[in-house]
Amino acid sequence: MTDAHNSDVTIDSRDASCPGPLMDLIGKVKNLDSGTVVKLQTTERNSTMDVPEWLEEAGHDLVEIEERDDYRSIYLEVN
Amino acid sequence: MHRIAIVGGGTGGTVLANQLASELQTEIEDGEVEVRLITADPNHVYKPTFLYVPFGKKTVDDAKRPIEELVDRRVTLTIDEVTDVSTDRNRLSLADRTTSLRYDQLVLATGANLEPEAVPGLAEGAHHFYGPDGAERLRDELADFTEGHLVLSVVGVPHMCPAAPVEFPLMVDAWLRERGRREDVKITYTYPINRAHGLESVADWATDLFEERDITLETFFNVDEVDPDAEVIQTVEGNELEYDLLVAIPPHRGSDLVTDAGLGEDGWVDVDRHTLEATAAEDVYAIGDVADVPTSKAGSVAHYEAGVVADRIASRARGETPTATYDGKTVCFLEAGMDEATFIEFTYGEEPYVREPSKPLHLAKLGYNESYWLTARGLL
Ligand SMILES: Cc1cc2nc3c(=O)[nH]c(=O)nc-3n(C[C@H](O)[C@H](O)[C@H](O)COP(=O)(O)OP(=O)(O)OC[C@H]3O[C@@H](n4cnc5c(N)ncnc54)[C@H](O)[C@@H]3O)c2cc1C
Repeated sequence: MTDAHNSDVTIDSRDASCPGPLMDLIGKVKNLDSGTVVKLQTTERNSTMDVPEWLEEAGHDLVEIEERDDYRSIYLEVN
Repeated sequence: MHRIAIVGGGTGGTVLANQLASELQTEIEDGEVEVRLITADPNHVYKPTFLYVPFGKKTVDDAKRPIEELVDRRVTLTIDEVTDVSTDRNRLSLADRTTSLRYDQLVLATGANLEPEAVPGLAEGAHHFYGPDGAERLRDELADFTEGHLVLSVVGVPHMCPAAPVEFPLMVDAWLRERGRREDVKITYTYPINRAHGLESVADWATDLFEERDITLETFFNVDEVDPDAEVIQTVEGNELEYDLLVAIPPHRGSDLVTDAGLGEDGWVDVDRHTLEATAAEDVYAIGDVADVPTSKAGSVAHYEAGVVADRIASRARGETPTATYDGKTVCFLEAGMDEATFIEFTYGEEPYVREPSKPLHLAKLGYNESYWLTARGLL
């Protein structure tokens, strides 16, 4: 299967327990340049709510959420 | 001779070395296998002790024991810093500049380093209890802190120990109450995401307790910079918070060794989360805080990972196919004040359940800390 988007950085947070996908994302985003496209892979249901909410707060752009069979990929662009 | 090298004599490296010494006892005694532990610090440091130092319940010296006393005599111990890893040539360079060691299997267990300088103003403006000097300075500051705004801010992501940031405000609340100072101190806890903790059940548990104990919770709080003169924190989200005493969980960084060897970003080793083998090189494993796996940077994780890697390495040393795997098992005690605690247990993808805090669980946490020296020796 091919990806709908090209990403520069992939964060695989599938089955992440602690501290979870959003914390994984925040930890990595800090060190990325503006314009970088990130793909966050997550199995946590809440991610489709809390990731977009944080992106909005922190001023990064949500590009797309792609549903797969057993996980989802959230694409975002760092500002 | 089959050479096994372990870099770092902390929780993970020490448990691993002792376990290998016992699993490969015959091979070591017959001169077929060498288990070498190379560690920079002649002392083994048990970091969980630092949480109790600001409250005068433990000293920094309580956290240290000579590593020599903790490792099995079959382990070859080298006290030196590893300065370079060449995964192409299977060699390590040491800081003494003359030694270069060949390995057949290598384990990196170099832990996490604190990097308060990564956030402008944090090193000058904030205290912490994540290392010996910080914990002692905070103890002195807290002793004289009678009124004002105390802020515990989780700045570093990722950071060691999922529990300590939540435990500190609950402990400081109880400690101030015991001294009749609580009414003159406002306590605030800040966390980067939209709830009090990465684990939802811990977040729910902490939120209820914070409310009960009058601890203010600020979420979506990512510290951008600190103004130490004005005593103000600025966040990425565009908010400001004034403080009188700031206690931060500082940013963490892995090891330069890792980045220089091309084994992972920000100093964390990129590994397969089940086999703990490095993805970028052959014959290399990582355990403990330096391994980039989707669970907590906790001593329990380092301990369980050491067990898995010991099995895998011993199998290979005997020419068998390794089959042991790590399922993300994590166990954590959580102090809920000065005399109550609870604990959580989970694996990859699992949400833990937080039990009602109790005094026996607090005593169990203290007991675990005492018996840790036996755990490190591989006796428990
Ligand atoms: C305040 C606090 C409270 C905590 N509480 C808990 C708790 O309650 N429960 C829990 O499970 N965990 C807790 N932790 C986390 C726990 O201490 C760590 O997760 C654990 O120590 C990780 O073990 P490690 O072996 O990966 O690294 P470490 O124990 O940090 O050891 C790393 C070792 O590597 C050595 N080293 C580093 N670089 C080199 C080099 N280049 N060459 C040679 N040697 C090197 C160092 O000298 C050190 O000996 C706490 C941590 C802190 C700070």
